[in-house]
Parts: sequence; structure tokens; C-alpha cells
Amino acid sequence: MKLFFAVFRPMGCLGIVAIGAIVLAFGVFAISQALGQSENDSRHHGKKAKYAAMTEAPEKAREKRNPFEGDAQAVAAGGKLFEQHCAECHGEKAGGTRHGVSLLRDEVQNATPGTLFWILTNGVVRQGMPVWSKLPEPERWQLVTFLQSLRAKLANSPPLAAEPVGGIPVFAYLAVTHSIE
Amino acid sequence: MTYDHYLEEPGSLEVEYFSTFGTQRRGNDFDAFWMEFEYGATAWWTSELYIAGQTTFDDSTIFTGTRWENRFRLLQREHIVNPVVYIEFENTNAADKIVKEVEGHDVESDYAPPNGILRKEHDHELEMKLLLSSTFKGWNVALNPIVTKNLLPSEPWEFAYAVGASRPLALKASPDRCNLCRENFIAGVEMYGGLGDTQSAGLHDTSHYLAPAMAWNLPSDWTFRLSSGFGLNDNSHRLLLRWGVSREFAGFGELLGQLFGARP
Repeated sequence: MKLFFAVFRPMGCLGIVAIGAIVLAFGVFAISQALGQSENDSRHHGKKAKYAAMTEAPEKAREKRNPFEGDAQAVAAGGKLFEQHCAECHGEKAGGTRHGVSLLRDEVQNATPGTLFWILTNGVVRQGMPVWSKLPEPERWQLVTFLQSLRAKLANSPPLAAEPVGGIPVFAYLAVTHSIE
Repeated sequence: MTYDHYLEEPGSLEVEYFSTFGTQRRGNDFDAFWMEFEYGATAWWTSELYIAGQTTFDDSTIFTGTRWENRFRLLQREHIVNPVVYIEFENTNAADKIVKEVEGHDVESDYAPPNGILRKEHDHELEMKLLLSSTFKGWNVALNPIVTKNLLPSEPWEFAYAVGASRPLALKASPDRCNLCRENFIAGVEMYGGLGDTQSAGLHDTSHYLAPAMAWNLPSDWTFRLSSGFGLNDNSHRLLLRWGVSREFAGFGELLGQLFGARP
């Protein structure tokens, strides 16, 4: 006890608070890393498991129509939203990272707009994807429109299709293809 | 002061400076401030550390304590009403004036004595909230029932509430990257106050505030907040003017992990 006071008393209240804060921060970080690892393990348990949440969308949600389908403005706005909210986990090329699945795969690209909207709204919390219902409904549809535009762009661009939007950020890629069009 | 059910994104760190200017009858006006470190531990758990201080004009500037707050999302998916459990441990002194929430019989006169007297009283409190929040057609409506217990056995349980509604000024994003687009602004209004304690529950000797609020989210991950709380009865401060600035660091957890040898 004497040693405790000898060490900590000269530091004063702020010093003890600073040490406490650092210890606390490392504790939270260590636990979150452990939890994140177990979420990662379940996410990478197989390709099907990664995209299993796509199959959980109710029939009614899957059938919802995208009000912005084919709207070029919505694609651009959705691209902006993707960069702000999604690229960190899914990669700036939407090709996936350690924290988020690839959005260029068939499971996503062949999904109905309603399914994508449902996933955005509800997240996949157990696998680390937060809910995005804080984005207003029209913004979520803009994101869906952007995601679906990737399929068309990839299909129209054979040299890049094998290595999706290879090396070029999605926005640069889209800007190039837009200007070609 | 009212929480919705949205948590920090996993691995992101938000650092915020927040300031509250308050008027004080029979005492000196004050400016209380905190630094907040909010970390998205997982998609269902957010942890925050607050470090607070205050300046009472014509008196002194002092450190007033720390808070450790945790929010846990209870349900995996979105529902009409989404519950989140909030648990906070407070280690503060009575000079703490950030008025993050108004509890029990908290009234304006509690803040009137000089800092030298107030800082001698230490509080260790456990605060629990149930954050109930619903989002519909761009509107978010949230209700937070609050229960607080000073860890001294002799102290009663205190009750409080916060309720608020907010909406972005535009629901559709514009195609251009812009700072002043309407969708970057969120306007809202909230009301919060005390509801007494287990020894004398009710509205007598409690204070209440009504506060219009505005937030401005920049695409560069900076956010500015402004709120002016107006006291609704004689027990309340006439004005609590709050402003804050925050910056989100996406991928902070990943970066820190790599520092300690995690695979990129």
C-alpha cells in the first residue's frame, strides 16, 4: 500500500486519471479485438456463410422495387455515400477487405434491390456490419442503385471483368466509363 | 443529450470536444467542457470515455472527473422500436457542470456555490438508461428513461428522462461532394429533466429543459453540433448553450491492431 501511494501520490489526480484512461482504453481495445476475431472467424467460415444473411431477407422485403432504378444521378449520389460509409470495410473498389465481404460477387450482384436494401437497413450485426437505417430511405436506395450499377459496368468492360475494376478506385473507374459513354 | 440507437461503427474512434455555457442565478455563469473518446468495439457495443472540466467565471477552472459509458445493442435487426442498454460509471465531483443529463432533484441552485466548496464532494455514480429509438421516413424519435444510483448506500435511486426528435434537412443525397448540402444538416429538438428519486418521486423540485439542436456533418468526417437549452421552470438554468466539434477516425482499431502485431 505504501508503495502504491509512493508511486501515485506525486502524479496527482490528473496523472492517475490518465493512467486509468489508458488502462481502460487498452482493456476495451483488447476485448473488441477478441470479439472482432471471433466475428471474423464466423464470417470466413465459408463463402456461403459469408453471404448467408442475404438469404434471410423476408419475401416482402426482397420484392421491393428500387425507386431510383437506372437513375444516373442516384448512381453518382450512391457512389458518394459508398465512399463515405462503406469503402472503409468493403474496400474502395468494393472488392472486400478483412472486415467486409466483396460486393462484386454474384451473391450480391444477383440479389434483388429489395434484398440489398434490407441488408443495408438491418446490417449483419453478428458479423460486424452495423445497421444503416440512420441513412434516410432514399439514401439507402441510392446506395443500392450504385451497387447495382457495378454489375452493368463490369459486364460492359471485359478486360476489367476478370480482375474487377483492377487497380482503379470505383469512382475513377466509373468516371472513365461514364466519359466513354 | 438524448441518445438514439445508433452506435459507433466497429473500429472507428470519434474524438469530440463539447462545451456547455450555462447561466447561473445567485452565482457565476460557467463554461463546462468535456473531451470524449468514443470507440466502436463491435457492431453491438460502443464504449466511451469522458474527461470533464469547467470554468466558473470570476472563480476558477478545475478538472471535474471522468465517465466511462457503454452502450449495448440488444436486437440483431431493426424493429419499430430499437432498444439499446446504456451503462455509465461516473467518477466526478459536485463541481461537475456539464449537465449531460438532469437527474432526480438536480436544480440550478446546486451549482451556485464556489468551486472550492463543490469540488470537495466526490460522487461515484452508476447510471443506466434504456435507449428506445425509432426511425421512420427520415425522422428519428428517441426516448431515454434514466436511473442513477450514487454508490453510497444511503443515497436514493434517482430518475430522469430525455426525449427527442430529429431529421436531416434533405433525405436524398446530392450527387456532388459538398459541405453545405442540405442532407449534411440535421435539425432536432429535445426535452430532458429530472423525475425525483425513490424517497420523493415526482416533478416537484426538479428542473427541465427544452432544446432545439442542429448538427452539421461534413464529408471529411468532421461534425459540428449546436444546441440551446432553455430552462422550463424556476429550478432550471435559464440557458444552457452547447456546442461541440468532433472528428471520426475510421479504421482506428485496425491501425492500432497492426501496431500490436495484428495481420493487416
